[in-house]
Amino acid sequence: MNIVVCVKQVPDTWAEKKLGSDNTVDRESVDGVMNELDEYAVEEALKIKEAQGGEVTVLSMGPDKAVETIRKALSMGADKAVHLVDPGLHGSDALATSYALAQALGTIEHDLVLLGVESTDARMSVVPAMLAERLGASQLTFARKVEVGDGTVKIERLNDAGYEVVEAPTPAVVSVVEKINEPRYPSFKGIMAAKKKPLTTLTLADAGIDAGKVGLGGSGTEVAEVTARPPKQAGQIVKDEGDGGTKLAEFLAQQKFI
Amino acid sequence: MAEVLVLVEHVDGAPKKVTLELLTLARSLGEPAAVFVGNGADVAKDKLAEYGATKIYVAGDAELESYLVAPKAEVLAQVVQQSSPAAVLIPSSPEGKEIAARLAVKLESGVITDAVGVSDGFVATQSIFGGAFNVTSKVSKGTPIITVRPNSTAPEASPAQPTEEQVSVTLSDAAKKAKVLDRVTEKKGGRPELTEAAIVVSGGRGLGDGKNFDIIEKLADSLGAAVGASRAATDAGWYPHTNQVGQTGKTVSPQLYMAIGISGAIQHRAGMQTSKTIVAINKDPEAPIFELVDFGIVGDLFNVVPQLTDEIDKRKS
Repeated sequence: MNIVVCVKQVPDTWAEKKLGSDNTVDRESVDGVMNELDEYAVEEALKIKEAQGGEVTVLSMGPDKAVETIRKALSMGADKAVHLVDPGLHGSDALATSYALAQALGTIEHDLVLLGVESTDARMSVVPAMLAERLGASQLTFARKVEVGDGTVKIERLNDAGYEVVEAPTPAVVSVVEKINEPRYPSFKGIMAAKKKPLTTLTLADAGIDAGKVGLGGSGTEVAEVTARPPKQAGQIVKDEGDGGTKLAEFLAQQKFI
Repeated sequence: MAEVLVLVEHVDGAPKKVTLELLTLARSLGEPAAVFVGNGADVAKDKLAEYGATKIYVAGDAELESYLVAPKAEVLAQVVQQSSPAAVLIPSSPEGKEIAARLAVKLESGVITDAVGVSDGFVATQSIFGGAFNVTSKVSKGTPIITVRPNSTAPEASPAQPTEEQVSVTLSDAAKKAKVLDRVTEKKGGRPELTEAAIVVSGGRGLGDGKNFDIIEKLADSLGAAVGASRAATDAGWYPHTNQVGQTGKTVSPQLYMAIGISGAIQHRAGMQTSKTIVAINKDPEAPIFELVDFGIVGDLFNVVPQLTDEIDKRKS
């Protein structure tokens, strides 16, 4: 079972996220971390490999800095990595990103593509479905449990009311939610080993990507205006003197909630 | 006026509230036309008409029920090709966003998700980075595909006499790969759905134990609210993950959000910051949640919450 895990470097959760002058996410001035949900995808890939054999390849699209995130996945135990990096990719929206990733995936032999259900910066959760559509692969998304059989994959897909059991043939694109496992921490040995693992760099041309279909110009959406939300007016805060519940009820009544 | 397609989200034919919101929104942008996929179109019809659908496209093939996402995207793509609508509006649910994703690839169209408003010219407003910025954007390629969050528009009835058109679908093999073998319901019934609820009452670490969620549930029930939970609470196994509000859980934007025993770490704020009115109860006066509140009580939730529930019940009777 050969698995590709797509990982994205995102601004650290605790960092103050900003937009650059072209309204794209400012990735330079903040610390980058591996998208938290992708850590679960890396872990799941490693678990499947440990049970079934095969190879785990990390794929990441992003600026030079994304190498940090790729290294982290390698130090967790992935075997090799592909970094899709090209100035022409800057500002790609989901449609363009999924196209570029699908092209890069075309250069890597795989039965499964694993990834987090969304990135914590854009939070669209559309790329997994777009990849399945582009690759003609089975879509198995929002998985809280993955079982790999012989040529098939069965998942529990989390939904609002519970879950669905969904089964499909490989090749498949599987996105995972955070309840699926407990991602391992890279060991010292893993960190040292990661430095020697193969890392291939792909440019647009290497992956056969049409430059007109990626980047800000090739995207299907454009930002018109960005406004910082005005700071919230300080609210009323009272200390409970034994009548806090009653005071809160009064507030709710004034606001017509009760 | 060109049609604005609205994908109907429904439970056995009963349209969800977000569908009625989208029909209301579509009416301000063009001719609202509903696209119904699955069983129960007869149940749905009256409601869709009441909320102004001038046309209803029905794909009622029983086969569609066995699959998720992909067939609905194929149905929509077929309707778009046939009717050349001005835009497609889809509820911003997990499945809705994925349908939009596949449709975007099929049509080579741009897609915007999680809009909280759509105005003339299909300019969508989104709230990003946990509410820190408001962004307006447009689809610049193909037919605009926009997913819209629940509670973005107040649904308003405007009765119409819709024409009905059956859509015959020939599903591709690609759309029939992922087959649903079983559907399991875990949610306790009777409460509104988290993302659609007008009021959400959430509990967190301060509850100290899963069994203490009853006081959250009692308060929620007295207000007709949905129950949410912080990540600390779901990680501890105190409440189901389906109810998690925050960066890696659900994003909610209700009229009233009550954070109880939740410190308000950025993880949590990202999922509730755009709520219209925010109330918190926490024993730590320094808890960051108090930076967001309209009204906050510094105190022991085990005293304040039962008193509040009693007071609400008293005022109701």
